[in-house]
Amino acid sequence: MKTLAIECLRYHPETDQAPHYQTYEVPFTDEMSVLQGLQYIKDHLDGSLTFRWSCRMAICGSCGGMLNGVPRLSCESFLRDYHPGGLRVEPLNHFPIQRDLAIDQSDFLRKLESVKPYLIPEAPRPLSEGTYLQTPQQMDEYYQYSKCINCLLCYAACPQYGLNPEFTGPGALALLQRYNADSRDAGKAERMKVVNAEDGVWGCTLVGYCSEVCPKAVDPARAVNQNKIESTKDYFLRFLAPRRGR
Amino acid sequence: MKTYTRPMAGWWHRNPYYLWYLLRELSCIFITAYALVLLWGLVRLGQGRASYEAWLAGLSSPAAIVFHVVTLLLVVYHAWTWFKIMPKTLPRVPVSDRTIVACGVSAVIAVSVLLVWAAAV
Repeated sequence: MKTLAIECLRYHPETDQAPHYQTYEVPFTDEMSVLQGLQYIKDHLDGSLTFRWSCRMAICGSCGGMLNGVPRLSCESFLRDYHPGGLRVEPLNHFPIQRDLAIDQSDFLRKLESVKPYLIPEAPRPLSEGTYLQTPQQMDEYYQYSKCINCLLCYAACPQYGLNPEFTGPGALALLQRYNADSRDAGKAERMKVVNAEDGVWGCTLVGYCSEVCPKAVDPARAVNQNKIESTKDYFLRFLAPRRGR
Repeated sequence: MKTYTRPMAGWWHRNPYYLWYLLRELSCIFITAYALVLLWGLVRLGQGRASYEAWLAGLSSPAAIVFHVVTLLLVVYHAWTWFKIMPKTLPRVPVSDRTIVACGVSAVIAVSVLLVWAAAV
């Protein structure tokens, strides 16, 4: 059986001042994912290796990491593609490391909350009035953004987020657009505060790598730059029409 | 909870994507320098024929030619990146991203050819 050298970043907050690397020789077959490689290490070589995972099929967004410096989901990356060169697995860039390959996501969760990622209807609608109707075209306006799985690969790809962690960032802004572009939603005025803020869309310099690494083809760079137009309109139109709800 | 935050130093050379991004951003220095050279030419023109011709002669020095060739390459690259991201910066339109990029690139080629032709005749 072929083997692959997997070099993992290790960091134990109880004992380590800084991370170090540890290499494991992992036997693999062609159909084994990087996640399965990590599971092999945990089960057979070193039970102390810490990493997150859940669904194994690129929908839970838990297993993202830097694979040879590229943000990827480890469940949909294959060990065969790193043979024989070797593979270095690190936690997602730009996030604080909690332990080994597990990062602290709380900053993102705070930002996600700030964009109000839920429908804010114009007026409460009783169930008796039935479901909302939407044309395929209206759905198309937001559908791609709704595919976001919060895996944070886009944040690991964004140097602006790394340099300024206050930047709202690609993922949360894509989800902001997902609701703003929804015909059932009327919460745009509330969300424009996040868009217009110093660390809102203008923190983006259009590196564009976020959209390249997105495993769900969400295109956060598009969401952010669409909102630069919205922010500009919002700024100038306030001279013509008062803003709602402020 | 104790965590470890990795330093950002040297981030730009860790991934080729960032190098290309930085090249796009750095091209503005050359483009600014090029604009200043042109502006200086305008000033020299205002000072009279002899001054203007001295400026023109300066442009044919090897250093000036290298500078202009490098700037041209950077402008072409910058323009390409500009059109490549154009669909992301436009409001939704009912044509594909590829068509938008193709239209932008075609337009810039057509205008460039027209300018070169106009300068030649």
